[in-house]
Amino acid sequence: MGILTLNKVTKNFGGLTAVNKVSFTVEEGEILGLIGPNGSGKTTIFNLINHYYPVTSGEIIFKGINITHKQTHEIAMLGIGRTFQVVKPLKRLSVEDNIMAAAFARETTFAGARKVAREVLEFTHLDHVANMKAGALPIAGRKRLEIAKALATRPSLLLLDETAAGLNPSELDEAIDIIKAIRSELGITIIIVEHIMKVIMNISDRIHAIAFGTTITEGKPEEVAKNPTVIEAYLGTDYH
Amino acid sequence: MENKKFFSKGELIIIFTGLVLPLLFYFSPYAQGLLIFIMMWVVLGTSWNLLAGYTGQVSFGHAAYFGVGAYTAALPFLHYKISPWWGLIAGGIMAVVIGYLLGVVVFRLRGPYFALGTLASAEILRIAFGEEEWLTNGHNGILYITTWVTKIPYYYIIFAIAVASIVSVKLLMRRREGYYFLSIREDEDAAMALGINTKKYKNISMIVSSFWAGVAGAFYFIYMGFIDSETVFALHNISIITILVGIIGGVGTIWGPAVGAIIMVLLQELFRSAIFGLAPQWVSGMHAFVFGLLVIFVILYLPGGVVGDWELIKKKLHLKSNTEK
Repeated sequence: MGILTLNKVTKNFGGLTAVNKVSFTVEEGEILGLIGPNGSGKTTIFNLINHYYPVTSGEIIFKGINITHKQTHEIAMLGIGRTFQVVKPLKRLSVEDNIMAAAFARETTFAGARKVAREVLEFTHLDHVANMKAGALPIAGRKRLEIAKALATRPSLLLLDETAAGLNPSELDEAIDIIKAIRSELGITIIIVEHIMKVIMNISDRIHAIAFGTTITEGKPEEVAKNPTVIEAYLGTDYH
Repeated sequence: MENKKFFSKGELIIIFTGLVLPLLFYFSPYAQGLLIFIMMWVVLGTSWNLLAGYTGQVSFGHAAYFGVGAYTAALPFLHYKISPWWGLIAGGIMAVVIGYLLGVVVFRLRGPYFALGTLASAEILRIAFGEEEWLTNGHNGILYITTWVTKIPYYYIIFAIAVASIVSVKLLMRRREGYYFLSIREDEDAAMALGINTKKYKNISMIVSSFWAGVAGAFYFIYMGFIDSETVFALHNISIITILVGIIGGVGTIWGPAVGAIIMVLLQELFRSAIFGLAPQWVSGMHAFVFGLLVIFVILYLPGGVVGDWELIKKKLHLKSNTEK
């Protein structure tokens, strides 16, 4: 009995099946990597969990609650935080105000929200740019702000959608450290979508691989990396 | 959004100035009349600014709430001789009811479609109130002999309403509601992911916004003593001017609508009187043209409005005075 279970989840966009009977379970405290080539349906799965798109068939269970037909904001309040691949900073607000807006999910007072925001700023190493407008942040900062906003809603499960893309090597190491700390210090379960193998192999406990919206394999990172269907999905049949 | 004293020193000076201003013009009912209109537009601009400037729901139909407020004051008087003064509260409440009902429809739309939806809703009300003669006396309008001849008491009433509307927005903007309004404005999808019930908070913004617009409408009837549907539901003279007040003063700033109201009322008066009779009469007809140019100028060079881009204006003026030396 995991914290989140997808049971034969399917999503059709008209005649196109973007996600086809995908099932997996995330255990509490685990980091699950979700991999697959471009367009394989990874972000769509996140959008289904958050109910940005309604599920065509199948069900999603979070902490024993069927969230398949719940509204996006209700799902966030139940404890699923997420980041966006195409970052969504609240551009004209300061970094701190971005995080405060998120912190109001659990805090009712200005002082309470500010306290949470300060903690999160420090945790995500954003304290030195707290007063900067979010729209003025460089990409590494914006990616981290995505994580910060999600953390400020106090989630028990965090969906990270390519939070390491576009970072330079030293920023990458910092991002990996933060993601690891989210689990070890805050005890938050994580599902991570990532293309950078250094990140995904390094931090995932288990990996779920999909291609064309269908599960191809699931297992330990080293097993999945050697799996011929995974190699084929990424590199084509000629590569052996 | 620092949590310090509620009003800064500068703001208290502005409010104090507002208190003594009509006394400076004690012998000029003409100037008092202008001041009253400025304050009425402060209320309308502040109302619009909460919904459009802070919450990002750009209304093109604020005349709907203004008109409903005005008719809520006028109709009980017309039919039952009930004092229109009750309208100051009832008008606000009725505007909230209408705003909420319209919101059910227009909040399903986003961006430009929302704007068109609000524009249409005001137009529907304008036509309906004009046609339903049994209820509204149609295009003959509703007449009321005003309570006082002197303008000073009207000024203080609308001044108090203007201050109250600004206080209400200021209060909201430093609470959770304010942060949620801004989040919705910046990115509705991101807001939902933060656990924000966007529908609910858009409605809260609409409720407060339509309340003040309704109060302003009721005041208009009480002060002017006459309304018809073409006046109070007017697309150009109410809905569009409300937007201009907001944009020119500064969208999403507390004092922007106040500054915008001063500029717009004085400009309108300048044109209405053809620059106090100094210019030929056809100048009066140019107002729409000049307002259009003004909006283009503000959007191109001062997208934050006079208040939002105040630092920029100061810098420009400063540079100029330096080069002149």
